[in-house]
Amino acid sequence: MLLLQRSWITASGKSPSEEARRGAWFLGALAFVAIVVPILNQAVPPTSAFHLSAFALTLIGKYMCYAMLALAVDLIWGYCGILSLGHAAFFSLGGYAMGMYLMRQIGTRGVYGDPVLPDFMVFLNWKSLPWFWYGFNHFAFAVAMMFIVPALLAGVFGWFAFRSRVTGVYFSIITQALSYALMLAFFRNDMGFGGNNGFTDFKEILGYDLHSDRTKVVLLVLTVVALAASYLACRAIVESRAGRVMRAIRDAESRTRFLGYPVESFKLWVFVFSAIVAGIAGALFVPQVGVINPGEFAPINSIEVVIWVAVGGRGTLFGAALGAVLVNYAKTYLTGAFPEVWLYALGALFVLVTLFLPRGIAGLIPSKVKEK
Amino acid sequence: MTIRDKVLYLEKVTVSFDGFKALNELSLYVDPGELLCIIGPNGAGKTTMMDVITGKTRPDSGTAWFGREIDLLKLSEPQIAQIGIGRKFQKPTVFEQLTVFENLELALAGHRSFMKTFLAGMSAAQHKRVDEVLEIIGLGDQRMALGKILSHGQKQWLEIGMLLMQEPELLLVDEPVAGMTPQEIERTSTLLRSLAGGHSVVVVEHDMEFVRSIAKRVTVLHEGRVISEGNMDHVQNDPRVIEVYLGE
Repeated sequence: MLLLQRSWITASGKSPSEEARRGAWFLGALAFVAIVVPILNQAVPPTSAFHLSAFALTLIGKYMCYAMLALAVDLIWGYCGILSLGHAAFFSLGGYAMGMYLMRQIGTRGVYGDPVLPDFMVFLNWKSLPWFWYGFNHFAFAVAMMFIVPALLAGVFGWFAFRSRVTGVYFSIITQALSYALMLAFFRNDMGFGGNNGFTDFKEILGYDLHSDRTKVVLLVLTVVALAASYLACRAIVESRAGRVMRAIRDAESRTRFLGYPVESFKLWVFVFSAIVAGIAGALFVPQVGVINPGEFAPINSIEVVIWVAVGGRGTLFGAALGAVLVNYAKTYLTGAFPEVWLYALGALFVLVTLFLPRGIAGLIPSKVKEK
Repeated sequence: MTIRDKVLYLEKVTVSFDGFKALNELSLYVDPGELLCIIGPNGAGKTTMMDVITGKTRPDSGTAWFGREIDLLKLSEPQIAQIGIGRKFQKPTVFEQLTVFENLELALAGHRSFMKTFLAGMSAAQHKRVDEVLEIIGLGDQRMALGKILSHGQKQWLEIGMLLMQEPELLLVDEPVAGMTPQEIERTSTLLRSLAGGHSVVVVEHDMEFVRSIAKRVTVLHEGRVISEGNMDHVQNDPRVIEVYLGE
């Protein structure tokens, strides 16, 4: 800790930042999850009360993926003022890229036993693999697509939107439309992505059985590592001069333009990076949850992410991740115990946080540095 | 026109909004290192003129050159900011969630692209430059304070400081003393006078006392054109000026 503190002194001669102190706690908590969860699942016998079930593993893995998605949204919304209501689209695209790889791995073990075509294609009477499925039998290719596809969509979409100076609520609305349009497209059987059933019934990843606890543990640890890496990358961005330019854009866009900064290009870079983080989160989500379908593109999903970020604390990064975990834990509990109240609870939570906790849960943590 | 190079040449600039001529064949020159004050009643075209120089508004006709080489009408707003024309707006806009130091850091001349700013550190020379500017604008004690806690006058000075960080050849300052206390006005006047020489400074201001205290040369605009030019005494005794402005 002491060693870390010394490196906290930033270019602007600031005292150790609050952000870094909280970041250390956050990374510590992630390390705790990455160490304790495998032990509780693998080393503790199933008869023990402390044993962590496969179900719990999947649940925790899911929360970690959602935390990554929340980070992605917080980076652009909290620091650059871009409210994207379409991040579920990038999450889903990453997920579909992983899903395509996992479908190709099923091979002859599918219901129809076709060595090349996934079941749904056989069912639709397709004779050959569509061109855009080529290469997905290679893991490396699929991984590349998990980065490239969300980045490309964000790049093209963002380029048009930011260049036309579409901002604020208008930007939010067209991102909703983007996600909705993709959902409708993916629902169509002709698209070649399994229609409304999407992909499921996966068997293995890189030769490891997806149903074994050991694979689940490894996937979970990898997700925690990816979350920590995304957090560090986001923090490197927001603490650099580029991060200060982002906050300047958020608070006074035209003033920043007058200082000579190419505002559109900054927004585009951050938007693309954020889409990539969301895509990776989606890619890690699919093998753990075992299914991806067009429902993931649903506009409500993107809106929920914004609520996680608002609840956790916008513009804090770690708060967004925390909000994602807490709100989703509440969702798991409430949709189990009182399914009909969940949406009301979510709505009420958002209203209450907006009214009484504008800085989210992160704002509750006492700050050593007094705000002057 | 003299042979000597000017910093800014505006010639026969016309801007009309729905038939109303905000600028009507306005011609104006700025010498290197001079402090020029522009006055005129409301609607005289002062702000429109600033907009033309900074690329925010494109004129219907006329030319705008920065020095002899650069045609301002061909450049975008950020490009104009980068070649050395800084503008201070009427309403002070500093970045409220950044510290005074960080505000100046972002204004620092240099990298503007995402990747370069992401990787940019701060050199000792740049650090020194920020310290110098903090000294000039008198905000040394507030360097770590967030922009939002500054007083109105302090925000104005910070904004002038941000302009200085860009090392502009030409500074356009829009109503610097509006809403300031007499002490703040006096400090602003000292500040602007100390800037002339190293930079050309164009000040648009309503406050006649203030203009008298700083200006060597005053230009009076009315209905989009220059009606009088000279030192304060000359301008104040010009019958046309008295008629449209001072005599009101």
